[in-house]
Amino acid sequence: MAVNPKVEGRTYPATKPYVVSRAKIAEFARAVGATDPVHLDPAVARERGYSDVIAPPTFAVLVAQQAEAHVMTDPEAGIDYSRLVHGEEGFVHHRPLVAGDEVTAHTTVVRVRAAGGHSMVNLRTEVDTVDGENVTTTTSVVVIRGDS
Amino acid sequence: MGAPDFDQLSVGDQIPGATVHVERATMVRYAGASLDFNPIHYDDRFATSVGLPDVIAHGMWTMGSAIQIVVDWAGDAGRVVEYTVRFSAPVPVPYDSGTDVAVAGRVKSLDEERRRVVIDITASVGGAKVLSRALATVDLG
Repeated sequence: MAVNPKVEGRTYPATKPYVVSRAKIAEFARAVGATDPVHLDPAVARERGYSDVIAPPTFAVLVAQQAEAHVMTDPEAGIDYSRLVHGEEGFVHHRPLVAGDEVTAHTTVVRVRAAGGHSMVNLRTEVDTVDGENVTTTTSVVVIRGDS
Repeated sequence: MGAPDFDQLSVGDQIPGATVHVERATMVRYAGASLDFNPIHYDDRFATSVGLPDVIAHGMWTMGSAIQIVVDWAGDAGRVVEYTVRFSAPVPVPYDSGTDVAVAGRVKSLDEERRRVVIDITASVGGAKVLSRALATVDLG
């Protein structure tokens, strides 16, 4: 089943507000071997000019993938999750995510195309504070393998 | 905090690399931290039933781990302002011993005006690339 090209250009609803916590930052940092004390020690973070500990560079995926799930589960998009392969991922940080940030994310389907029996879908997700400040933009390419 | 001196950098400069060990427990920990509980990352029977050779690492674990050499070099994780990768091959994680990911980086380009550096990262397992076009932009301004 190919992905429905009609969803190209569609923007999906924002996720529920998510509060970035010191504990989740510390947990994520340990999971990826991010040893910079700026993730763990608020005093170090403040010395470097941040209001609190900051998230590691790929932490925003936690929020972004919740937003992308709206696309993955949209019956009209027709994405077979069991055939999904993550092809590319990117982050542009307008500033670091900081403990205490309350954020939402919403995903836009940038492009849907067929390639060699597979479907490739480009997604862009904006992560914003609930006050409307754009913190991070993520991009991803997912490949839905064809039947062959 | 120990930032590299932008004016001393040249295209092609190597930054210190690292070898990152990954085993099943690493995947379980990353699943919990990231909330990505796809069983292909910890369940042998499930992984092989969908045609994979073995349990494979989360691509996002590999991406998240590979950036650490850049953070160490830059002196502050907040200086990483952009980071993109292509997942070129899965990282199988054998039950017994896990595996090692070798990570290296070099200066790809320098933006004099904004004092930004693009680091080209390579990550490989047994000599085969697992990330390609892995680029991190570091703001030294």
